[in-house]
Amino acid sequence: MESLSRFLAFLADAIVNIGDWIRGLLLGAGLADPWVSLIMKAIGAIVVAFFPLMVVIFLIWAYRKVAARMQGRLGPNSSGTWAGPYGILQTFADAIKMLTKEDIRPQGIDKIPYNLAPILVVFASIATWAVMPFGPKLIGTDLNIGIFYILAFSSAALVVFLMAGWSSNNKYATVGAFRSVAQLIGYEIPQLLAVLTVVMVTGSLRMQEIVGQQKIPLLFQLPVTAFIFFLASMAEVNARPFELLEAESELVCGYFIEYSGMKFGMFYLGEFMNSTAVAALFATLFLGGWRGPWVEQAPIMGTIWFLVKMALMLLVWMLIQITLPRLRIDQMLAFNWKFLVPLALANLCIIGLVNKGITEWFPGGVSAWTRAGILLMANVGIFLATWGILAALERREQRRREAWRAAQVGEVEVSA
Amino acid sequence: MLEQFIFVGVLLVVALFLPVVLIGLAWLLRPKRPNPRKSEIYECGLQPHGENWVQFKAQYYIFALVFLVFDVEAVFLFPWALVYNWLPLYAVLEGVLFIALLAAALVYAWQKGALEWM
Repeated sequence: MESLSRFLAFLADAIVNIGDWIRGLLLGAGLADPWVSLIMKAIGAIVVAFFPLMVVIFLIWAYRKVAARMQGRLGPNSSGTWAGPYGILQTFADAIKMLTKEDIRPQGIDKIPYNLAPILVVFASIATWAVMPFGPKLIGTDLNIGIFYILAFSSAALVVFLMAGWSSNNKYATVGAFRSVAQLIGYEIPQLLAVLTVVMVTGSLRMQEIVGQQKIPLLFQLPVTAFIFFLASMAEVNARPFELLEAESELVCGYFIEYSGMKFGMFYLGEFMNSTAVAALFATLFLGGWRGPWVEQAPIMGTIWFLVKMALMLLVWMLIQITLPRLRIDQMLAFNWKFLVPLALANLCIIGLVNKGITEWFPGGVSAWTRAGILLMANVGIFLATWGILAALERREQRRREAWRAAQVGEVEVSA
Repeated sequence: MLEQFIFVGVLLVVALFLPVVLIGLAWLLRPKRPNPRKSEIYECGLQPHGENWVQFKAQYYIFALVFLVFDVEAVFLFPWALVYNWLPLYAVLEGVLFIALLAAALVYAWQKGALEWM
């Protein structure tokens, strides 16, 4: 009985306890303290780096299953050869296939950027995981510039896409690279502005502090910000409605068309890793990260909550990606510059003023619930105003179209 | 502080190591039968016409310029958002004024037709 309760206590904070146990072993082996801390850091780094890899192996399988179910076509379970129960080994089979494929390098490529791009795409997406909070005490490192660090590394993907597209000596790849620049730099702005709003309300760039501030998840306080962030980050990881950079039916594969074998696999991996990182970021910023019931009693629950929220966001990401068709480039640019950016700017100003107004209005301070309620009302206001403006613009457009059509009809009658 | 960046450094090394190892493994395992016909460039099966590095639409430059305005703005706004909780109301208003000035730039670009894709 006593051993059971000791085991449960160990399990309650399993990952931290295993870390402490390894540290104890190393200290017991007579290693000096700085070396032990360096080895612990290395182990932590390896765990953090392999986490997205593990998630992606599962995610690719889950994506195929969901896509097959929703679009009524064959999934990994019915690929003809047996691939494990529910086709779960399909991803491994693909990985082995990619490992044994010849690497075809076309003539006239720019060798250094061509070979560097597949390495850097995975590098940049693993690097973002350094500051992701997995649990109350589980975080790679709690940098004081946390969210800024993530944004810096996630926008590095743009340079990699440009390198890959420009060096491939293929016009499709070059067009894909141009589009990636136009899209990724554009959607970075609303993403940055949404993160700025979060930073303003929580008052910190530190990831653990942002999670700690969310007694009420920010999704329920700042739904408009969450909406902007979600759409902008979908475009940043080029998910389906914003899939112009690799548009299969027009650009074949976009910027990584000339890659084969494992180098192609790196781009595939990088894309899914970026989506995982964005889902984790959304869960952290807007859904309260590892916060949830029973986290005080058993910190391991925090990690489970984090994973559940991340999986939920990934499911939403899949459903949208499977359902929607692709936008045209002018629609994509107009949606960003004429809708998301003005909305994000207005949202930032209004939330900033309202939040400060609450502090000024109630000198004694207000409860978190009152503040959240007022912020939510401000959000509803922004939503209604946006809706009104869009509806008015639509009506004006429709009147113009009708007038144009009437003029056309008149001309036809006159000429007849 | 330095302690934290040591971790980031170690992680960056691991992150660089992982794809290099995977590609290296593929280099060991894959067949190598180079053939000049195989590495010929083709686009939809035909020999491509002309150079790949062609002149491209100037429109991309205009969007890049508009982007630059807002990217620099965001860098200036991050410190403002960070100390927001300690700021008095007028400092917040100044920040809003700054945003409004840049929004005016966006409106100008919009009216000039820089945001139309032609």
